[in-house]
Amino acid sequence: MTSRIEARFEKCRAEGRAALVTYVMAGDPDLETSFEIMRSLPKAGADIVEFGMPFTDPMADGPAIQAAGLRSLKGGQNTVKTLDLVRRFRKEDGETPIILMGYFNPIYVYGVERFLTDAKEAGVDGLIVVDLPPEEDDELCLPALKAGLAFIRLATPTTDDKRLPAVLANTAGFVYYVSITGITGAATPDFGQVSTAVERIKRHTPLPVVVGFGVKNGAHAAAIAKGADGVVVGSALINALKGTLDSDERATSRTVEAVTTLVKDLSEGVRSVSKRAAA
Amino acid sequence: MSAKAQTNSYRTGPDERGHFGMFGGRFVAETLMPNILELEKAYEEAKTDPSFKADMDSYMTHYIGRPSPLYFAERMTEHLGGAKVYFKREELNHTGAHKVNNVLGQILLARRMGKKRIIAETGAGQHGVATATLCARFGLECIVYMGAVDVERQKPNVFRMKMLGAEVVPVQSGTKTLKDAMNEALRDWVTNVSTTFYCIGTVAGPHPYPAMVRDFQCVIGNETREQMMQAEGRLPDSLIACVGGGSNAIGLFHPFLDDRGIEIYGVEAAGHGLDKLHAASLTGGRPGVLHGNRTYLLMDSDGQIQDAHSISAGLDYPGIGPEHAWLHDVGRVNYISATDQEALDAFQLCSKLEGILPALESSHAIAKVIELAPKKPKDHLMVVNISGRGDKDIPQIAEILGAKI
Repeated sequence: MTSRIEARFEKCRAEGRAALVTYVMAGDPDLETSFEIMRSLPKAGADIVEFGMPFTDPMADGPAIQAAGLRSLKGGQNTVKTLDLVRRFRKEDGETPIILMGYFNPIYVYGVERFLTDAKEAGVDGLIVVDLPPEEDDELCLPALKAGLAFIRLATPTTDDKRLPAVLANTAGFVYYVSITGITGAATPDFGQVSTAVERIKRHTPLPVVVGFGVKNGAHAAAIAKGADGVVVGSALINALKGTLDSDERATSRTVEAVTTLVKDLSEGVRSVSKRAAA
Repeated sequence: MSAKAQTNSYRTGPDERGHFGMFGGRFVAETLMPNILELEKAYEEAKTDPSFKADMDSYMTHYIGRPSPLYFAERMTEHLGGAKVYFKREELNHTGAHKVNNVLGQILLARRMGKKRIIAETGAGQHGVATATLCARFGLECIVYMGAVDVERQKPNVFRMKMLGAEVVPVQSGTKTLKDAMNEALRDWVTNVSTTFYCIGTVAGPHPYPAMVRDFQCVIGNETREQMMQAEGRLPDSLIACVGGGSNAIGLFHPFLDDRGIEIYGVEAAGHGLDKLHAASLTGGRPGVLHGNRTYLLMDSDGQIQDAHSISAGLDYPGIGPEHAWLHDVGRVNYISATDQEALDAFQLCSKLEGILPALESSHAIAKVIELAPKKPKDHLMVVNISGRGDKDIPQIAEILGAKI
């Protein structure tokens, strides 16, 4: 059976364009607003949705995602509630791939087998766990593949040709190329270097390669879409959300719309680049 | 590590993937993996290079002032009326704590690797001061991450680091203490990965740090063996050290782990009490994954890391080195705890009886000497590691005791 991830990349390819992958933090700024944001993402142009699983100590994230995680945790978010959000989303949308992204400890504490069973049942398609390099594949990557969930690996500018095969070995769904050495939401990448890196990774794998970190607007998305199979945007969406919160960090009437407005801009950016000639 | 080696010795870990039993490992972002593998390779090469050892030994003697004395604490012994108490005087090292042993090793390694930018995290500031000191000595750029709360309660050390030419970055994220300083150092490392050496201050973090830092700190236990043989003609009967991340403790314990008859005690910080806010990860925590390794952590039912609390900034961390987690599980080391108040009382007793102001961290270990020594016979030889000196804690202690200085 073709997975939702494969089907979605096929659809984008057929439309001659790159995919737009959006990241928001589950439960940020509160459970119901978060759900409203999630369900509005595909309509606004997101092809794949990533939901962040909050963690107190997100070592690879910049200030925007750190703060989003703390807002979410303050509102009582936890792994059970995040999986519930996925279930509610899945009831309305059977096709958009859902990726959960986070750190290993909450999953480890939930119990790896139990987590994989519950995530699969809820309608999750893939996992990105930042602090699990290939050296720790036994922990979650291999059990996830066995359970039918894609374990999506991050490749970075420091992943050289010698190391790439190890990074790609057990990965599935797509490869997430981290455009910079750094944390989320920081520097904007050098687009020329990014497309060279994507070409390099593509020589090693038939999987789609998406690019994230530092993408802030439609123009950036368009620049990345030229070489990559997809563009990931996270911190910029969270900043848009944060800009609408009241002084107590609660959602306002503008919160959902601020996110969807930026998603539409990003979607136009991605759709402005035709990949038909190259394909 | 083979099952056979494990049963014969407590000193063979970690295995090639950095595991002490189920603990340890390399739980880091992909960006850092190539660096961590490079570091592991460089350390393995340095370990067997006689010139590296010769360099270490020379600076240990002439710059740090080793060996540190093993001192018979006569008045403390008389006062307690039991075991013969010896102090391993790590507070007499240059910079005033055991931290410098490890920093010297890592800075010499950074030089071998051609890294000119050094970053470090610090809690009490002792590791930060040691790192700033050696960076000054070797002309290296030094950036120290320190939780904003700790910057406030350890002002003398903050100023010392600045005088030594380091940049001290107050960390405002999370709980603004040691764990957040470590998060921020990791964020810096991931950003400046090619130029930067991350000098971790304790036996935690991803492999090879827990093993490497332990190796650099083992000078404490190795010297203690020799010195006790000279003083008493035999090995000690018990060892006591405080445990935050656990580097001074593992440095004292490790060379004695296979001497099965020796009782070993690691003292965690019980803060306000184990049923209240504390920093005793082994006593009050569960296994989890943080900062590159699996170990015991203070966390809630969802795996979110909880605030630790200790009067001592150096013990105020919700985790512990993975080798301690393993030694706890296999039962070789007894992990006990001391409260803020017990540490404060021990600080005052030691100051008055021995004329030695111990660091608040080390005072936790002394608190358990006060408890255990009277129960032992007079020929029982007890060694406590005075891991650091208390000068840095004077403003804080004065405030707690209501004194104006």
